[in-house]
Amino acid sequence: MVMGDLVREVDVVVVGGGPGGYSAAFRCAELGLETVVVDAGKRLGGACLFEGCIPSKALLHVAAVLGEAERAKEFGVDFGPARVSLDPLRKWKSERVIGKLARGLASVAKAKGVEVIGGRGVFEDARTVRVEGDEPQALKFRHAIVATGSGPARLRGVEASDRVMDSTAALEVPEIPERLLVVGGGYIGLELGQVYAALGSAVTLVEMTDGLLPGADRDLVQWVARRVEKQFAAVRLNARLETLRETSGGVEATIGGAAATFDRVLVAVGRRPLTEGVGLETTRVKKDARGFVEIDARCATAEPRIFAVGDATGEPMLAHRAMRQGKVAAEAIAGRPAAFDNAVVPAVVFTDPEIAWCGLTETQAATEGRAVRVAKFQWAASGRAATLGRSDGVTKLIVDPESGRLLGAGIAGAGAGELIAEAALAVEAALLAEDLALTIHTHPTLSETLMEAAETLLRG
Amino acid sequence: MARDFRLPDLGEGLTEAEIVKVLVREGEVIAEDAPLLEVETDKATVEIPSPMSGRVEKIHVEPNQTVKVGQVLVTFADAGAQTGTATPSGKQAADTLDPTRTLAPEPRTTVQDGRAHQAAPAATSPARPGPVPATPATRRRARELGVDLQAVRATGPGGRVTDDDVLAASGRVVRAPTTAPPRATRAEPVAPAAPGKPLATHVTEPPLPNFEQWGAVERQPLSHLRRTIAERMTLSATVIPHVTHFDRADITELDAIIQRNLETAKARGVTLTLTAFLLKAAALALGEHPTFNASLDAAAGQLIVKRYVHLGVAVATERGLIVPVLRDVDRKPVLDVARELGALAQRVRDGKATLDDLRGGSFTITNIGALGGTGAIPIINYPEVAILGVARARQEPVVREGRIEPRLLLPLSLTFDHRVADGADGARFASAIVRRLERPERLLADW
Repeated sequence: MVMGDLVREVDVVVVGGGPGGYSAAFRCAELGLETVVVDAGKRLGGACLFEGCIPSKALLHVAAVLGEAERAKEFGVDFGPARVSLDPLRKWKSERVIGKLARGLASVAKAKGVEVIGGRGVFEDARTVRVEGDEPQALKFRHAIVATGSGPARLRGVEASDRVMDSTAALEVPEIPERLLVVGGGYIGLELGQVYAALGSAVTLVEMTDGLLPGADRDLVQWVARRVEKQFAAVRLNARLETLRETSGGVEATIGGAAATFDRVLVAVGRRPLTEGVGLETTRVKKDARGFVEIDARCATAEPRIFAVGDATGEPMLAHRAMRQGKVAAEAIAGRPAAFDNAVVPAVVFTDPEIAWCGLTETQAATEGRAVRVAKFQWAASGRAATLGRSDGVTKLIVDPESGRLLGAGIAGAGAGELIAEAALAVEAALLAEDLALTIHTHPTLSETLMEAAETLLRG
Repeated sequence: MARDFRLPDLGEGLTEAEIVKVLVREGEVIAEDAPLLEVETDKATVEIPSPMSGRVEKIHVEPNQTVKVGQVLVTFADAGAQTGTATPSGKQAADTLDPTRTLAPEPRTTVQDGRAHQAAPAATSPARPGPVPATPATRRRARELGVDLQAVRATGPGGRVTDDDVLAASGRVVRAPTTAPPRATRAEPVAPAAPGKPLATHVTEPPLPNFEQWGAVERQPLSHLRRTIAERMTLSATVIPHVTHFDRADITELDAIIQRNLETAKARGVTLTLTAFLLKAAALALGEHPTFNASLDAAAGQLIVKRYVHLGVAVATERGLIVPVLRDVDRKPVLDVARELGALAQRVRDGKATLDDLRGGSFTITNIGALGGTGAIPIINYPEVAILGVARARQEPVVREGRIEPRLLLPLSLTFDHRVADGADGARFASAIVRRLERPERLLADW
């Protein structure tokens, strides 16, 4: 620290203004702690709001509308060919969606008395964060929360360029490329691949492993796999991107020995924690081999005054996990007996159809050799699904064979991301399949499929 | 610039604490994080480090004082080297306590079903694989009550731990569901049931009936002292098998001596009381019967016999029962004992007793004579072995050398731990006390 630097003393410094960071900051403020957030963009929302969940969902909604218009032909409604104007689309996304939410967060921060300081927060020691950038200063803290989040992982040997995009760049929708190569069959590749396919791109997807959405149950994934096989120009599994070379006509990619040219490439090979260059080495904070900050159930690191939340702390890198962690960390700092003791962190892939799950998966049960009972209800038998023209789905419950307690659930189908909430509550509250079966669900809705699946377990 | 340091939020719903020790002096310059105060809450004794460096200008509290969250404890004056700004008052955070200690609840030993087990903080001890089935709210409640979910007997469907299971494990009374609205028939308002804290009695009590079915009730909070007494009495009565031996001492002669010397003692600034002689008699008898001047170490299977005789005297105060301790009573002349007793009782009634005044007793005497009655069976002051109860002395007809004489008789009850001593031992110890009271010369030998 340079002599003459302003040193400010606060109760809590939150480094990073994403969902984990702002949730923590808001809760700290509610608990009477003087709290500041240090964020490079001097704004709250983080990757989730500005380059992740929110913009991708806005674009996926556009894709869904286009898909619905296409499906409408089945029941005799033809809107004619869709014309997409990118400028109004981008404006709607950035102003009406992102801008509105960002202003909302800023006003919440103001109301709660949380100050957002612009700059990069770097730890100088276990008591001080130095702010580099627009508003340089030193912050002396009683407690700090590391909420530095994650960024797109890079492919070795592949440089980003105008044509070779990561998810952040692709969400800007610079153009609708004729031929788009998506590298990576995880949720980001599938979601953005479907967006571009809906907008008119011929999408080729290449995935290293033998299936899309590695780790998710195959009987759920098959629904989206079937859809993208129709929607995409090609889906290449067990295939590796060997080289990527920019040519005058686009980007030439070699996949499995064969070369093909694309107008743009989206590299979506996962995300990595942003825990380098934050000065954590000046503290006792420990990181694992992948760079994730190690925390305990209270989100405390090995340095007693420093807590950590969100993507910086490990998988699953999901905003809602970060938000809950943020509240836990805040309450722990305030001396409350808080713990991240959640049984489920629900996951949603916002593809068409959506895939969602929570708690134990069948894949996980098989890996652990754990005995489970599985109940499935195919949406082909759902009245509501039929009226929506969306019988492409399944609802699955994973149950403890002895107690009948719900251990997990998986849903594929339209609106699965909303439906999974009921299952998440049921698993989190340790309800029995019987509880779901005996609860009256509105008819005709897709939520009935949860009740129906539960009922199949009680027969006989 | 003077800055106040207030009692931070201690978490776990605690609203007050008792100052055990002040570890700094006024005028002292101390460093940030240096030990400042030691406070005792319902749960534990914690050291509060200084939230800032600087000169201690004023200490607003003293040992044994109960302070509320937000109350000013210490005022700091700037030492000059101080940088930064003061945390605004009222925004003092719990983190002013050492974060390594306060945030993780201290493991607490609980006794259930006669077994002692360590209840580790629920958050950090996944002993049973996977999460314990319970709703998120129940899990939070368990953390707040310091109950280890792993150790709770589940009664819910599918092995789910319910709220009531957690409450039962915490020793808190399970509230019966209210079936009928309270019958507040009188104009007298029924006090709202302010949320209370369960007593840490380590005993699971059966649920109470819903009394409101029989009429209006009022729920009153327990004071800090009342809670402490309740917890300690439950502990003693639960753990120690009590047995009581009754006896009577003829104190006609002793009383005459006291009456004769009242003025002489007063001239020396001492109020001579029967209790002083009781203390002295008990102290000397304890020398002969050290088993009663001891504590049982049940875990080690040993009796810890004390080589000192520090006697507790039960003092009734407006706030409740307090037992200050007189040191080395066996080695002090009875006049000194009387003098110290007077001063100690006064400090206690004024609420000015120090922690040392209240600790380290090896045997206790409770004299309820002033309030009447013919006798009482007190509960042993855990972890001591015995307690002497004294009732009001009365003139009674006594046959002495074939003649009926009026004599002043003092009813005594010796309650002791039957694990440590048997009835015959108790009888011998009681008569050793009686013998000394009946031959008061020895009590007076050295005053």
